[in-house]
Amino acid sequence: MLRDITIGQYYASDSVIHRMDPRFKIVASMLYLVSLFLVDQIIAYLAVVLFIGSVIKLSRVPVGYVLKGLKPIFLLIVFAFVINIFLTPGQGSPVFEVGFIKIYAEGIERAFFMAIRLILLIIGTSMLTLTTSPIELTDGIEYLLNPFKKIGLPAHELAMMMTIALRFIPTLLEETDKIMKAQMARGADFESGNIMNRAKALIPLLVPLFISAFRRADELAMAMEARCYKGGEGRTRMKVLKYSVLDLWGVGIVTLYMAICVVM
Amino acid sequence: MSIKITDLSHIYDRNTPNETVAIDQINLTIESGQFVGLIGHTGSGKSTLIQHLNGLLKPSEGEIVVSGYNITEGLDQTHSKKRSQRKKEARARKKKLIEVRRRVGLVFQYPEYQLFEETVEKDVAFGPLNLGLSDADAIERVKEALSLVGMDYNDYKDRSPFDLSGGQKRRVAIAGVLAMKPEVLILDEPTAGLDPKGRDEILGQIKHLHEKEGMTVIIVSHSMEDMAKISERLIVMNRGRIVLDGHPKEVFKHIDRLEEIGLAVPQISYLARALVEKGFDIDPTILTVEEATQCLAQKLNRKTKSGELC
Repeated sequence: MLRDITIGQYYASDSVIHRMDPRFKIVASMLYLVSLFLVDQIIAYLAVVLFIGSVIKLSRVPVGYVLKGLKPIFLLIVFAFVINIFLTPGQGSPVFEVGFIKIYAEGIERAFFMAIRLILLIIGTSMLTLTTSPIELTDGIEYLLNPFKKIGLPAHELAMMMTIALRFIPTLLEETDKIMKAQMARGADFESGNIMNRAKALIPLLVPLFISAFRRADELAMAMEARCYKGGEGRTRMKVLKYSVLDLWGVGIVTLYMAICVVM
Repeated sequence: MSIKITDLSHIYDRNTPNETVAIDQINLTIESGQFVGLIGHTGSGKSTLIQHLNGLLKPSEGEIVVSGYNITEGLDQTHSKKRSQRKKEARARKKKLIEVRRRVGLVFQYPEYQLFEETVEKDVAFGPLNLGLSDADAIERVKEALSLVGMDYNDYKDRSPFDLSGGQKRRVAIAGVLAMKPEVLILDEPTAGLDPKGRDEILGQIKHLHEKEGMTVIIVSHSMEDMAKISERLIVMNRGRIVLDGHPKEVFKHIDRLEEIGLAVPQISYLARALVEKGFDIDPTILTVEEATQCLAQKLNRKTKSGELC
């Protein structure tokens, strides 16, 4: 029952976007987010849609797959839309009025922009995770955080923690499944009863799960130390990140895109 | 309690690209009170099979009847229109599953990782309480179950299960299943990761349970030596099908077939076979070291007496 859960949702492929350097992709995504809040005209949104559309096209990730990522936040979008449409005060007379509910033209406009922004935001960020494997992503983050080491930010440790956490998600899911079955064999019931009962029913699942997570952590720490791990200092890498011509192209296109957004 | 499995199939991820057939049309009858060893390579479908026996997995096809009680019937989630009808069905299903799990106890691999209570007593009582027993009855069950696995109730009841040794933890976990008084006991690799002493103790107690309580026992194991020693019937699985089924002596005759599917026979059987090949007159179906010692001693004595050493 837990095998359907996918996290990180990396879509393996060998497209131009996939081959770009993760550092560049992270920075580009951030710029993209900024651009979303820079533009406030319909025509400018066309540029954004064109940009993200061509990224999707180049990445060879099926459009349906990208849009599926919107499902979990659909409610949030609706919520933002409704709030904006009702609560934006406007000048002039309301377009629609029933009792204390007043809808102004500005409200409708803002609601639409907000919804489009949210959708584009989610699509943009999911393009990053869809085309970058979790390991590449953490590698990229580590590099980008390196300058902050001077002010005491443990960049390597953070990246290592993320890598380990990602590595153990499937393991822990499997473990959860196993413990659940073992407790169900002893008559435990995880599926019925009210909220209180259900929460209580989780104790036989969570206690063993935590214990085994701590045990695993301990064993992993031991195994890493046994192989002389002592943090990022002086540690070389198996896969060294390198910028390629592709990234140069990327920089050019993103710069152009940002310029357009700023001008509009 | 007899178990009758008819045309059982299980397919994981049906109608997806990852579709895998874990169990392929198995027919199997296990008589009441039998001591069955289930062996097979990793991924042969053993674990999937045993999870069906107490309703943790639903078969894709086929049915399982445990002592006249069909455990695969009525497990499907129906979509009745009426809410009250749905609720009723859900209750019936829950009752059914509890009944199935009371009849068939399943001890998973490394069962000690399922312990969670503060004391041994509470942990072992978890199963009986889930069956709806009163506190007093549950404690009775705990006493019984702990003594069945050779642990003293008064010594251990207030200890934390996490302070026990590996072998003791495992025995507490097995007691947790025994406390539900199952008619069939299934154990998945009960000796994995134990030292020889712990292994012999656990196997001895299971054997004892089988003899004293007349429980039907099914053990999944990788150890050919252990299975040869204690089981009455061996079932060999490969790729979701049963390939060999019979008394250990029968099954271990098929050395080549077993090796073909990545299994082996007890080491002593290899020795017996090698001796026979060298022209030594010894029973080639010997399975245990004890048997072999006896047999060899007999033969050698006779030969020494008649003056010719081999």
